[in-house]
Amino acid sequence: MLSQDSPVSTAEPTLAGKPTSERPQYVRVFLTFARNSLVRDMTFRVNFIIESVAALSWMIANLGFYLLIFTFTDSIGEKTGWGQYEFFVFLATTMLINSVVQAFFMPNAQEFSELIRTGGLDFALLKPIDTQFLVSLQRVNWSSLINFLAGGILLGFSLFQLSTREANPLEVTPIMILLYPVFVACGIAILYSLMVSLAATSIWLGRNQSLYDFWFYITNFSRYPMEIYSGTYGLPLRWFFTFIVPVLIVVNVPARMLAQPLRPDSSLGLALGAFGVVATLVCLFASRFVFRRSLLSYRSASS
Amino acid sequence: MTPAIRVKTWWTILRICLEERLVYRGDFALGTLMRFLPIVTQIFLWYAIFEAVKDSRGADDIGDISLGGYGYTEFVAYYLLTMLSRAFSSMPGLASGIARQIRDGEIKKYLIQPVDMLGFMLLGRIAHKVAYYSVAIGPFALVFFLCRNMFRELPPEAATHSLFTLAAFLASLVMGFVLGYFLEATIGLIGFWWLEVTSILFIYMLFSFFLSGHMFPLDMLPEPWATLVDLLPLKYLAYFPSAVFLGKVSGPDLIWGLSVEVFWILFFVVLSRWLYHRGIKRYSGFGG
Repeated sequence: MLSQDSPVSTAEPTLAGKPTSERPQYVRVFLTFARNSLVRDMTFRVNFIIESVAALSWMIANLGFYLLIFTFTDSIGEKTGWGQYEFFVFLATTMLINSVVQAFFMPNAQEFSELIRTGGLDFALLKPIDTQFLVSLQRVNWSSLINFLAGGILLGFSLFQLSTREANPLEVTPIMILLYPVFVACGIAILYSLMVSLAATSIWLGRNQSLYDFWFYITNFSRYPMEIYSGTYGLPLRWFFTFIVPVLIVVNVPARMLAQPLRPDSSLGLALGAFGVVATLVCLFASRFVFRRSLLSYRSASS
Repeated sequence: MTPAIRVKTWWTILRICLEERLVYRGDFALGTLMRFLPIVTQIFLWYAIFEAVKDSRGADDIGDISLGGYGYTEFVAYYLLTMLSRAFSSMPGLASGIARQIRDGEIKKYLIQPVDMLGFMLLGRIAHKVAYYSVAIGPFALVFFLCRNMFRELPPEAATHSLFTLAAFLASLVMGFVLGYFLEATIGLIGFWWLEVTSILFIYMLFSFFLSGHMFPLDMLPEPWATLVDLLPLKYLAYFPSAVFLGKVSGPDLIWGLSVEVFWILFFVVLSRWLYHRGIKRYSGFGG
């Protein structure tokens, strides 16, 4: 299965000839993966369109749910500043981040536990390229990127609404525009690390069927502004999902920076931003460590 | 077959399925507990909304506020009850399983064995559910016990006060199971014509996710959605049993609701039977 999917070994004869002297060209390899996946998606075009429409309609239905909520209330939480369009900025950020994760990492993480079970990982280990890179980027699910587009539109629309409203209009500064993609990337990196670590556990467990479920339950906590986790039960939850499993950081940091830069407690925003960067680095290193450790325990299942 | 032998056959099938299911007890219990996690975020979300509304209306306590006819504790109770309804009505993998068996040709075995496919699978599901409840009752009891305060301020029509409502609630749970089974089986049987039902199944899942009521109480919806949802059978999968328990549906409405549910069950029983009958006529299996 793997030999079909990765044209690396045949496309780059120089690598096979001199395995030690030349670094693999990661960008080119990745572009090849992306192109191959696109070719495969385009082979089943109707399926591709159906998948895109399905992903999109799921998001639209979600939007409908939040529209319903905002017919009952003006904001989520007392004096938290998450009004309708602020929250839609938040929602758009969720869509941007999730669509990237679903397009690039999700299909590979699911494939990974299958590779372990069938022994297909042997082939990945033998390739003259970093194994984590290979198993986490091999397949690109292009249809998920439709939500990236939808998220972008929703983001633009909400920002337009926020910056043109009469009372207290939002001022979008160049710094915000520069930092937003950086923090979105941090969020993606945190989710990626979490996913790699989860997928790596399937080496120890043999098979991790509930990987997707677990992933869904954990990332579920990232979908709402962190302010809603307050009170006796909420604060420990907020603490846990900020410092131990930092999924609350993922969407909150970029969305907050864009939607509520002028909050009275903006120092908290600054601290959150700094913490976001630190958390991202820690997550990336931790997941790398977990992944490498798990590879050491790998016993091939093939004959 | 004499009735006695038939019962014996059913009992054997049920027992085999039950033993098969109980192999993974630990996984089951953990999975059940995890299923409450999305509800936790939902409850926090509604709490935040109630706080915001309390603030804007200048009320003293969130207990004084109701949104769309639901107070805060009722919201929590509603979500917990939908978990219970879903535990009865959800049929993971049923439609896709039937479609796969049609595609792979596995369906042949029902044509040559003296068992009825829909009946056999129904027994399998019952066994699945019984096994599931025998393990899931632990986590469910724990969560309901922890949230017992949420069931304190219910109206006199609610199942906590009225035995009649409790009976209607239990009936709607069981009927939710039957309806869920035949509805999903019907979708799976479309596989005789389309082979690949993933896209229909996705649309069904999307609708059932939002319109069965496990995202929010359906009676909060504005028109024309409220009427639309009322006309669909999906509300019986999650909303209806919970609403019955909370006393939102009572008196003539309750009788009417249950009657419509019976109608939907009969409709899907007949439809699935008919589809199966027509399907095997046009089915062709090759090889073995």
